[in-house]
Amino acid sequence: MGKFIRLKKGFDINLAGKATPKIASIEQPETFAVKPTDFHGIYMPKVVVQQGDNVKAGTVLFHDKKHENIVFTAPVSGEVVEIKRGEKRKLLEVKILADKQVEYVQFDKYSVSDITNLTREKAQEQLLKSGVWVNLVQRPFGIVADPAEKPKAIFISAFDSSPLGADFNILFKGQEQFFQVGVDILKKFTAGVIHVNVHSEREISPVFSQVKGAELNKFSGPHPSGCVGVQIHHLDPINKGDIIWTISPAGVIQVGKLFLNGVYDASKVVAVAGSEVKEPQYYQTYSGACVGRFLNNNLKQEHVRVVSGNVLTGTNIGKDGYLGHFDHVVSVIPEGDYFEFLGWIKPTASKLSFHRAFGLFSFLTGKKEFVLDSNTRGELRAFVQTGVLERVTPMDILPTYLLKSILAEDYDEMEALGIYEVIEEDLALCEFVDVSKHNVQAIIREGIDLMLNS
Amino acid sequence: MKFLRDSLDKAKHSFEKGGKYHKYFYLFEALDTFTYSPNTVTPATGAQIRDAVDLKRLMMTVVIAMIPSLAFGIYNVGYQYALATGQQLAMGDMIVTGLIKVLPIIIVAYAAGGLVEAVFAVFRKHPINEGFLVTGMLIPLVMPPDIPLWQVAVASIFAVVIAKEAFGGTGMNILNVALTARAFLYFAYPLQISGEVWTHLPKGAETVAGYSGATPLAVAYEASASGESVVQALNAFGSGWANDLYSFSNMFFGFMPGSIGETSTLMCLIGGLILVATGVGSWKIIVSVFAGAYGMGAFLNLVAVNEFMAMPAYYHLVIGGLAFGAVFMATDPVTAAQTETGKWVYGILIGILTVLIRVFNPAYPEGIMLAILFMNVMAPLIDYMVVNANKKRRLKRATV
Repeated sequence: MGKFIRLKKGFDINLAGKATPKIASIEQPETFAVKPTDFHGIYMPKVVVQQGDNVKAGTVLFHDKKHENIVFTAPVSGEVVEIKRGEKRKLLEVKILADKQVEYVQFDKYSVSDITNLTREKAQEQLLKSGVWVNLVQRPFGIVADPAEKPKAIFISAFDSSPLGADFNILFKGQEQFFQVGVDILKKFTAGVIHVNVHSEREISPVFSQVKGAELNKFSGPHPSGCVGVQIHHLDPINKGDIIWTISPAGVIQVGKLFLNGVYDASKVVAVAGSEVKEPQYYQTYSGACVGRFLNNNLKQEHVRVVSGNVLTGTNIGKDGYLGHFDHVVSVIPEGDYFEFLGWIKPTASKLSFHRAFGLFSFLTGKKEFVLDSNTRGELRAFVQTGVLERVTPMDILPTYLLKSILAEDYDEMEALGIYEVIEEDLALCEFVDVSKHNVQAIIREGIDLMLNS
Repeated sequence: MKFLRDSLDKAKHSFEKGGKYHKYFYLFEALDTFTYSPNTVTPATGAQIRDAVDLKRLMMTVVIAMIPSLAFGIYNVGYQYALATGQQLAMGDMIVTGLIKVLPIIIVAYAAGGLVEAVFAVFRKHPINEGFLVTGMLIPLVMPPDIPLWQVAVASIFAVVIAKEAFGGTGMNILNVALTARAFLYFAYPLQISGEVWTHLPKGAETVAGYSGATPLAVAYEASASGESVVQALNAFGSGWANDLYSFSNMFFGFMPGSIGETSTLMCLIGGLILVATGVGSWKIIVSVFAGAYGMGAFLNLVAVNEFMAMPAYYHLVIGGLAFGAVFMATDPVTAAQTETGKWVYGILIGILTVLIRVFNPAYPEGIMLAILFMNVMAPLIDYMVVNANKKRRLKRATV
């Protein structure tokens, strides 16, 4: 039986521009891109296609140089139009000009009864060569799962508690069968439990409530209750030497489709939301879509920041950027590059604050929706105020001390203070509430990189 | 307003790298960011939005919380002056007397400390620390009204250099800066900051018959030495020229001699309420300092062998600077314990130590200053133990 975990700490950021629960039909974007920067722990991706090559959905675009069997495949069929590199020839994007009709590379197809008898080796081979494997994220450190490992458990967070988070009832509607098969496949990879975690006060999609062979746990409380790292901490914490895999519901469904239909089906529903979107709603598209099409004639103003992902952990991709692999939300907020006269002391109720320091009245406004922009609202300072980061971290972890140990590059301290248990998103709220304006998530990743390379 | 922004933007070039005054960049930056909050945006990856709070607002909240104590202190300086000289002064006159004494001290504290801040910002190339907004106000509030201004300046400079900048600035310091300033004066110039200096008396001023400038703590100690009841001695003090000067209610409201801002327990509590309601000060520390002091006082009552030990425990909460120290000094987040459990231990120990110093160490009649400074030094040790407990929980989990 699943567990019920009540979380108190955290903070729900109530932003304006939530997506209305309907899926709009729209002409598909022209280009799609696969970005190795969406994945951690891959070493020098090696591109195996050339500009001008025709690819099908599921054709290998590039692979990890160290683990050549970890491949990244095209989400749609079409022509490779650009291989974009950054400084030191770092691979940034492989862009594909999509065909009107998606053609698929054919992988092995199985019936439900075949799947029961499928071995891990067989399943793994198919997952790897189709590129579906990279949906599996390994903790500690949030890296692409190592095929040689046997995780002690697999975690699936089945709700999105982040600001402007998408409704999973819409995202995964009607995918029950694929989700179930995905779970069945994943069971072959762990001797432990597959945890599917839902929120106790939200409507639970039948996709999750009817699943067999997994434990359905309920969580309550504000963000970051939906962060899988927080859920792991309460259900089966990661100690030194432990390996846990996490996968999004979208990833599980992709696994199911791979085995039932024999194709790498990268189709997904994304929410386009935020205060600057005229009609915030959902769209049916594919992984790596160029977001321009969704924003065309759909913006209230032009001076905006387009974020792939939610506003706490996402990436600024610009109006013609590409959706990140793990993202199911595009958030559009006003850009905040303006000066504000006496902004540091002016009383305000329109700016959201977790704090109640002088003049910050947002805590009085109840359920009001806020329009927040990308201004940092102050300058970087040394750590001064204490006890704040702890109040948005529903884990037995001392974020300030962990961050300081990372800044000091003290490996033993990082390990003792719980670096194995967190990735950026778990402490993203700390970055929001921090009075001293540290880039908390960048520091966490720095610490993880130190641990990885030690 | 556009004009102001434009001129700041224009001036900015000469302060930036390669500009004529690039050395003074952080001075300009302080001016710039105090007039306009900057146009910086969040990085491309990570939290795209940020909380409306920043350190400037946080520090300003503390300054605002001190205003009741300051306002009352200004009035009280004039009031005590009137009492001591036996004059009938109107409310306005008392306030003017107070202002004349207090304002220069505030200006000197801000100017001297601010100068040090500026010099360090230029030479050490770091931004001006907002922490000084608070320190510059705290220092005057813990000074006697007749403190020579040069001593205020020297103490402020000493405190900012030795207690703060030597460690790297706000956030890195170990000792509370304002208390360091006071401790410095206490040991360097004891004549001006101990004994009967707590009432404003101009040179050559006539005092009323029977006047004494003894503090409640001194009265309590003397009464105890001669075997009298402390409460009776306090109640009897001032009879003839200032009846009930040291009655419990008078001391709670603060109509008594003392440092400028610390006499009124009530005003400190209002300040404390502001700090707690805004979440800027830790209620755990404030409550635990009071609890520690009361608890220790009550314990001493039980085992009393002299009259000071037998003084009712609640008197400890209103005499001296306990309330001010608990609310404004002990809660300094940088020098206090930083873990939530640690804050309880830290506060309780401050309360206990304060009462111990008061009762058993007549050389230092006011214990809160030394108690807080001592616990500032001990705070990292408390945190160390709390953090270790966290680590141990994690290790233990691994083995089961």
